[in-house]
Amino acid sequence: MTATTEAPAAELGRARLRKEDARLITGQTRWTDNITQPGLLQIAFLRSPYAHAKIKNVDVSGALQQPGVIAAFSGADFAAEQGSLPCAWPVTPDIVIPPHPPMAVDEVRYVGEAVAVVVARDKYEAADALAAIDVEYEPLPPVLDMRAALEPGSPKVHDAGNKSYEWVFANGDVDAAFRDAPVVVERTYRQQRLIPCAIEPRAVVASWIGEELTLWSATQIPHVLRFALSAFFGIPEQDIRVIAPDVGGGFGSKLQVTAEEVLAVLISRRVGKPVKWTETRSEGNMTIHHGRDQWQQIKIAADRDGRIRGLSVDLLADMGAYLMLVTPGVPLLGAFMFPAIYKMDAYSFKCTGVFTTKMPTDAYRGAGRPEATYAIERIMDELAVELGMEPLELRERNWIKHEEFPYTTIAGLTYDSGNYEAATAKAKELFDYDALRREQLERNARGDKVRLGIGISTFTEMCGLAPSRVLGSLSYGAGGWEHASIRMLPTGKVEVVTGSSAHGQGHETAWSQIVADQLGVPFEDIRVLHGDTQVSPKGMDTYGSRSLAVGGLALVGACDKVIAKAKVFAAAMLEASADDLEWSAGRFSVRGDPDASKTIQEIALAAFAAHGTPDGVEPSLDSDHTHDPDNFSFPHGTHLCATEVDTETGFVKIRSYVAVDDVGVVVNPLIVEGQVHGGIAQGIAQALYEEGIYDDDGNLVTTTLADYLVPSAADLPSYVTSRTETAASNRLGVKGVGEAGTIASTPAVVNAIVDALRPFGVNDITMPCTPERVWRAIQSASTSGGMA
Amino acid sequence: MTHITVTVDGVTYADQVEPRLLLVHYLREVVGKTGTPVGCDTSNCGACTVLMDGMSVKSCAVLAVQADGSDVTTIEGLSNGELHPVQRAFHEEHALQCGYCTPGMIMAAADLLRDNPHPTDEQIRDGLEGNLCRCTGYENIVRAVRRAAGTGV
Repeated sequence: MTATTEAPAAELGRARLRKEDARLITGQTRWTDNITQPGLLQIAFLRSPYAHAKIKNVDVSGALQQPGVIAAFSGADFAAEQGSLPCAWPVTPDIVIPPHPPMAVDEVRYVGEAVAVVVARDKYEAADALAAIDVEYEPLPPVLDMRAALEPGSPKVHDAGNKSYEWVFANGDVDAAFRDAPVVVERTYRQQRLIPCAIEPRAVVASWIGEELTLWSATQIPHVLRFALSAFFGIPEQDIRVIAPDVGGGFGSKLQVTAEEVLAVLISRRVGKPVKWTETRSEGNMTIHHGRDQWQQIKIAADRDGRIRGLSVDLLADMGAYLMLVTPGVPLLGAFMFPAIYKMDAYSFKCTGVFTTKMPTDAYRGAGRPEATYAIERIMDELAVELGMEPLELRERNWIKHEEFPYTTIAGLTYDSGNYEAATAKAKELFDYDALRREQLERNARGDKVRLGIGISTFTEMCGLAPSRVLGSLSYGAGGWEHASIRMLPTGKVEVVTGSSAHGQGHETAWSQIVADQLGVPFEDIRVLHGDTQVSPKGMDTYGSRSLAVGGLALVGACDKVIAKAKVFAAAMLEASADDLEWSAGRFSVRGDPDASKTIQEIALAAFAAHGTPDGVEPSLDSDHTHDPDNFSFPHGTHLCATEVDTETGFVKIRSYVAVDDVGVVVNPLIVEGQVHGGIAQGIAQALYEEGIYDDDGNLVTTTLADYLVPSAADLPSYVTSRTETAASNRLGVKGVGEAGTIASTPAVVNAIVDALRPFGVNDITMPCTPERVWRAIQSASTSGGMA
Repeated sequence: MTHITVTVDGVTYADQVEPRLLLVHYLREVVGKTGTPVGCDTSNCGACTVLMDGMSVKSCAVLAVQADGSDVTTIEGLSNGELHPVQRAFHEEHALQCGYCTPGMIMAAADLLRDNPHPTDEQIRDGLEGNLCRCTGYENIVRAVRRAAGTGV
């Protein structure tokens, strides 16, 4: 065979259109809700209408009389086998982790907790029959306010009390930093409760054939879920196949081992038939884990010239009613991010995890880092006002200079790379910063009823979760590696198996680009397989902006092994010493004899035929590689937002938004830009629109998308995005990008609103900054000194 | 049960349905058109948008019996051999990530361009207000609709 394949152009950095799109734009999709099985039954859950109550009795007999109903169960029916949903992050030795039965047995602790289930022929019949179930409750007092929950005499969510844990960190002499500090600013910020709202509702199909379980789930974590089903629910791991087919977004909300997944498995086993559950949106808003929900007390000390001396943070974090997979750890991911890009002498952090009778919180896009970034970027603006400094100048005065990397922060992280000067300079230019400042002064001078504000967010974040050793030191229950396999097919095509589990991120495209470059094979010749534990048996899945920074590096390691194996074959085929071979663009050539060469495709065929396999050599080029990163990944950037605030109506319009992100080397600029856009939108949504609200009885009142305001195209601005490129210290030079926009944009928007209203004496507005809240802040500023 | 006759993507179906059956469930579970997904239960998200007699409707807000005698086009029937210009533009502008809102967004955009072949960006944003996307921040969706308009839908 002669070489016919031209060496392809470098793929890294190419704006490849996505391989995933063809099926998604034509409706040839494989959502979990599309899965059918012979004899498939539908299940529907009866859920608690009380935030807190004893369950006195559950009578499902009425449901059994309804047409099409095959079975109905209460929590007591599964008491012996349902165990407790896992919490994988016991952050302190004395943390309180209450039992969390998938279906409540004795007591319910949030509205929406499942208390009974109907199994029926179709979903309409299942839903109808729920009305025939009789549950006798004895209401208990709800616990809804974190601060009140910690007061003596508060009703208890669990017998052990309402405090789950207290976690502390300190570095440097914090007392000295604050003692005699010329300037100290202290603020309390509210991180409202958010509901993730992936557009695909959760769905699960469970099917047993003999002892073998197949579980389709709209999950981000098929591998973790398989492990959990085995480790915590006693199903032998080798008998479990978990499939995450097409998954319609997650944003952390599908990083969970859910009650419904576990119950579908148990119910299917009990009735001997495959079962499906698909949530309704209102059911989902109540019972998919929520995000954020913190009170942040933050205090910063500085010298008169603006140099930061110290930072002190005291958090209350609402856990909700139970600790789910990583609930207690989420605020602690923020612990390391409050100092952000700034140098200082001392830092202290305390977080108290509090139980309330609400849906548990857990990871939501950014998970801990958006909260931290919001607080530090907000208080930097307040400090600037206190010092009479330009807020960008204050930031520059304190940030780590580009020549100082690697830099170990006061929080103990070592940032490998960054260039805050470059990103900020580019953002200022694109934003036309100086002109907007001039316009702002003009409007203020003439008393314009629509004021202009400029919001700054010079953010960084830690992602690419994560070095396993670091996770271990934080008491996390698993490692942070990722796995990849390369299968060289006899015809020269390539199957790439990844442990990452994409749900919109475009891994099929980006991973093809990486492998195409590494192996010198055409992009089109590569197929990426994922999301099925029988196809991809090993993985740690997709969350925490980890897939490229960890999984991408695993691909490179696997390609190295393929090339090393191929070299042995090439040497035999070319009758040359391996030492004389050069590898370039998918081809081994004999040094000094460019005509003597073999392509990787030719070698793959030779290894398949195996006729000339050298002695002692395995006749295969296939490889596996597990990559455990040395460090987190630290994307950064400068986001600038200009808002126009109507002081008569409180209406906020984002006039312009500029994002300059540094996510290191870019594999596919289209995908990166898309991630930034979506991230910015989600952060703006927190700033302006979204809040998960419980009423005084503990009912969620934002159960629909009419009440929980996920913004539409009409609510959001156009974004100007650009990049600087500071390579990370890994072989690809890449950083994570999935959460950066969300982390950056919330403080940029709120800083802009407050900046616009500074002349009125406003120095804070509680999120979401609705027209009413903005208007009230203006009205009350003159009497209350600016807090609203 | 009520007898209905509905044409879906060019094929005529005659079925007995419960009067309460939603059109989206009829499409997905009776006709097998799973390309049209369900994203909410209050007609807010628009993921289930289809064309009914040429006009976009949220198929979770229409009863199957109301579609009796109608001609329904779903995402699966939009392309006729080759991609519809809106589908192609969504691909070329990277206007989808997870793809769950995409069928509804494409159907709504196709209807928008039928109504207004040369919309401004603001008209595109207002016209798609009833379709929610959680992934893209809408920037590339607006670009895609603009591109499709330029190619003449």
